[in-house]
Amino acid sequence: MEGLLDVRGLTLSVPMGAGARARLVDGISFAIGKGEIVALVGESGCGKSLSALALLDLVPEPVRVDAGEILFEGRDVRRLPERDKRRVRGGGIGFVFQEPGAALDPVRSMGEELVAVLRRHRGLNRQDAESEAVAWLARVALPEPEKRFRDLPHQMSGGMKQRAMLALALAGGPRLLVADEPTTALDVTVQAQILALLHDLREGLGLSVLLITHDLGVVAETADRTLVMYAGEIVEEASVSGLFDAPRHPYTRALLASRPTVRDLPGQRLRAISGNVPEPGNRPPGCAFAPRCPSVFERCRGERPRLEGEPLRRAACFLAGDSGEGRAA
Amino acid sequence: MTSSGASASLLRVEGLSKSFAARGLFGGARGTAVPAVRDVSFDVPPGQTLALVGESGSGKTTTARLVLRLLAADAGRVTFDGVDWLPLPAGELREKRREMSVVFQDPATSLNPRLTVERLVGEPLEIHAVGTRAERRERVRALLARVGLPEAALSRTPREFSGGQRQRIGIARALATEPRLVVLDEPVSALDVSVRAQVLNLLLELQETTPSRPAYLFIGHDLAVVRLLAPRTAVMFRGQIVEEGPTGELFSNPRHPYTRLLLASQPAAHPSERKRGGAADAVEGGPPAPRGCAFRGRCPSARARCAEEEPQETVDGDHRFRCHFPS
Repeated sequence: MEGLLDVRGLTLSVPMGAGARARLVDGISFAIGKGEIVALVGESGCGKSLSALALLDLVPEPVRVDAGEILFEGRDVRRLPERDKRRVRGGGIGFVFQEPGAALDPVRSMGEELVAVLRRHRGLNRQDAESEAVAWLARVALPEPEKRFRDLPHQMSGGMKQRAMLALALAGGPRLLVADEPTTALDVTVQAQILALLHDLREGLGLSVLLITHDLGVVAETADRTLVMYAGEIVEEASVSGLFDAPRHPYTRALLASRPTVRDLPGQRLRAISGNVPEPGNRPPGCAFAPRCPSVFERCRGERPRLEGEPLRRAACFLAGDSGEGRAA
Repeated sequence: MTSSGASASLLRVEGLSKSFAARGLFGGARGTAVPAVRDVSFDVPPGQTLALVGESGSGKTTTARLVLRLLAADAGRVTFDGVDWLPLPAGELREKRREMSVVFQDPATSLNPRLTVERLVGEPLEIHAVGTRAERRERVRALLARVGLPEAALSRTPREFSGGQRQRIGIARALATEPRLVVLDEPVSALDVSVRAQVLNLLLELQETTPSRPAYLFIGHDLAVVRLLAPRTAVMFRGQIVEEGPTGELFSNPRHPYTRLLLASQPAAHPSERKRGGAADAVEGGPPAPRGCAFRGRCPSARARCAEEEPQETVDGDHRFRCHFPS
């Protein structure tokens, strides 16, 4: 697979008072190939959204990038001159967020926003940019694109806005789309449309997608490959079928097992995971999942397991090499 | 005591309607009323669960707020535990309200952050003057134990807890007065995925073990969760119940095209169940239809009659739906 993005040892932290810093993201590494849809899955606070912002060197204060390389098309985004960084943002890597429209100017029409992106990143003149903008609105399957061109954000439904945001993110011709919980604020029927649209865009444009989500259903529906994050670390990487058929990390296994399924009987109890997600700055010294893990043994509490395995099939668990269940206490 | 001997409902809702005034550009009333809930009827038997599902704006939360009397209905009748609920005067409402409580979606915003857990959970008991101070204290301790929180939680404030623990506090508060009905408004939607199952299990457990055997009116959108929790489900679309029936039957044999669409839109549980091309649905948008069926603009099987005539309710056994051309 041809490489597009290669993230190496990305580490983010935030000040904790008294000069101490809490690690929010702890040395994660992953790659995305051309035309691939990779899901970054995790719960709130696991560091998935910050990691995505770091790809554009846009982590908000007071979060700091302590270490890491973000190689996009072979160049480290963090070490680019400011002018080139801006070219990567929107021109190389496009972004859509959970709340469609939060980033939109309320008194500027969708079409004007698109025209501005097309002129900036594609160097089109006004007239060409306008017709290209309408073409983009059509490409994201907005009905009556000429009419939508003049719509202000408040005149559009949530689903229409998210389509428009996709057009805006893609009009600059990026090779990678980062989509941070793009359907979480939308109704399930609209979610299905947007996820289908992501697939169509990948097919049509050869786009790569980093899809950030907490929802394993969205992963099952959309991703080719999956990175599972827990408490600032990637704990498992697998193809989507590998993840659902043979999860290697106990956290992944527990998450999959805790979901209600259509095979459950009414009133049936779910296989819940005990305990809570650890707070940043209060993570256990060994494996961060150890306090909640059904297979925990002594080594897990003192030593942190490394993410190991074959390329693109890794897990950070001392038991990952085993069948999973068996272990010597 | 119920008004009619034959009635087996704890909560009976009949013809409930509510409109909101559409606002002009600067907040002034423009005169047109937008219906949020239209002619909604359903029953919740004692100790049972009814789920209300539908997209945002379908009226499910408004329906719950009307039942809770957090909003005043324009029309309709609600009978709760034999009492004609909507015209109940303030004094009697206050007294009777201990029988009906609510758990909101986001415990971070629904619990007063300055009160201790002891105050938060004990407040409904205080309001209803249940027992002595010492008895109330004992009851709060017992409630905390039942929702799985340590006694040390008593003196802390909500922000010292994680989302899942805060929702446990909200549930303890809702159960404090031994209610007969608990409205659950998306109670796990704001929680981390790894704690959702804990809270769902707790809700199932408490329904069985709480002495008042509360019924639940569960508002949700995750159909797998609905299946687990609710023996009956009502599907709402644009303010109306478009289909209602036993959950298993509704899911296996949906009669309304909107129910079919909802089911088809659920994300796959496993990558092998992926649906290529997504669920067939016209892109939403456009104003509500002035007459005819409100769903027809998105309906794959709409015909001429659907634009002319609003479908009335068809009853088929204990399953009902509003569609001219049901499947």
